[in-house]
Amino acid sequence: MTSNGIIKLKKINPAIKVKGFATKQSIRLSEKTIAKTQAANNFLTDFSDVILFLLRVVKETFSRDFEFKEFFRQCFHIGYKSLPLISVTGAIIGLVLTIQSRPALVNFGAVTMLPGMVAVSLIREMGPVITALICAGKIGSGMGAELGSMKVTEQIEAMEVSSTNPMRFLVVTRVLAATIMIPILILYADALGILGSWVGANIKGDVSFVLFFSQAFHHIDFMDFLPAVIKSFFFGAVIGLVGCYKGYNAGRGTESVGIAANSAVVLASLLVIILDVIAVQITDMLM
Amino acid sequence: MNTEHTKTPDKASSLKTSIEPVIEIINLKKSFASQEVLVNVSLKLFNGENLVVLGKSGSGKSVLIKCIVGLLQSDGGTINIFDKNVTELNRDELGKLREKIGFLFQSGALYDSMTVKQNLDFPLRRIKKNLSEEERGEKINEVLETVGLADALNKMPSQLSGGMRKRISLARTIVVDPMIMLYDEPTTGLDPVTSDEISLLINEVQKKYKTSSIIITHDIECARNTADRVIMLQDGEVYQEGNLELFEKSDDELIKSFFK
Repeated sequence: MTSNGIIKLKKINPAIKVKGFATKQSIRLSEKTIAKTQAANNFLTDFSDVILFLLRVVKETFSRDFEFKEFFRQCFHIGYKSLPLISVTGAIIGLVLTIQSRPALVNFGAVTMLPGMVAVSLIREMGPVITALICAGKIGSGMGAELGSMKVTEQIEAMEVSSTNPMRFLVVTRVLAATIMIPILILYADALGILGSWVGANIKGDVSFVLFFSQAFHHIDFMDFLPAVIKSFFFGAVIGLVGCYKGYNAGRGTESVGIAANSAVVLASLLVIILDVIAVQITDMLM
Repeated sequence: MNTEHTKTPDKASSLKTSIEPVIEIINLKKSFASQEVLVNVSLKLFNGENLVVLGKSGSGKSVLIKCIVGLLQSDGGTINIFDKNVTELNRDELGKLREKIGFLFQSGALYDSMTVKQNLDFPLRRIKKNLSEEERGEKINEVLETVGLADALNKMPSQLSGGMRKRISLARTIVVDPMIMLYDEPTTGLDPVTSDEISLLINEVQKKYKTSSIIITHDIECARNTADRVIMLQDGEVYQEGNLELFEKSDDELIKSFFK
């Protein structure tokens, strides 16, 4: 590594007679400085790439010749084809939440609060975040892998030479479809979660469907829905953007398809959590 | 650069005097980081000819045609296509110019999620906007018959063999009636029989659609079957230029290693 350090320093400034004066410590320090500078440079390059990608998506979204057919195809793909997974997970979240909460509420004699408590926690937090994380896994990774494999097999370039703007056709349609469909999936998961909760409440108790739902909605007001719906749009946009960015900028080898899919899930999930924290703080301040 | 071709009158030199070039590349340069891929490449493609660009893997052949079609930005030099400098065009102008250029990718680059018909319809509905659905269908059938795969209309790319994929990819390229064809290693990965079939198809396309073509290859049989003129690239520079006979008879060791 020491000789590498000398080579690097000589590349930066060939006039430096490194061997003549440099001690081992100064060479190590130089090596570390170069490594840190390169890491910082890579980070800034990646960050600027993301910003440029985002700006291009925004610009192409409002340009002419919007790809409506592909947009509706993506809406179907993201929305309809995710229904089975979202249905099962949504119902299970409500069911498990009820089964876990019930004993504690029974101890306090507050079992009548169960429908309201479950509904509020589902609509405000559990539904949006868990559904978004599931979508990050299913939709984000799907976009990363699909666009990544299209990049590897030159399909994106083929699109470009066919006078088609791949950014508009592939990225804008997917990002918009995710931004619109994920909030709908979240609301659907909320509804099924409350249904699952009713099933959970009936495992050890006996409460009618109408009574359970009237109790649940009695405790929910508009301000429970609004912040959750707003943050759901951001979750959808982030999942779409990250999935497309990772896929669109995948490397050339087949290995990069896996990397794109994997990193799309990791980054999208992380950003969903971070966005949720920010959304909760903002909602808390405003209310 | 070997200047042997300048001493020998050939078909290329007669073309040069009689026909204007459709593509003229002057001093093209392209590097990736510190690696210079194209150092100083100049060439002309004349109307109606098949120009084969030969060279070892890594000699910059694919980079050259990707620069021509604007998929890669060159670092220097000029690429004139129909008297328009590709390096100075904006995105819309480049899109218009690309409508006249067909690009056959090495991998075929068929859209996996679409059927053969949808693959062919994709560029057609974008470039030939005035065609009705019926006319587009007729055009698709016509090019599929040209490539001998009329029965593959509703197949998915995953159901096609390597040779069939190349043919369909070629059909997708010619369906929009391009004036220039760029072939990136059209016979790579194919058996000798299928390679010959693709080479014959390239000639058929040239005759039927009156295209001018640049064929990137390191397959000598493909070059022998298709070339009107040959350029050899070596280390990012034009090493030799001339007709096929010139290459076949050359005493140069590098050229002999290709044509043995």
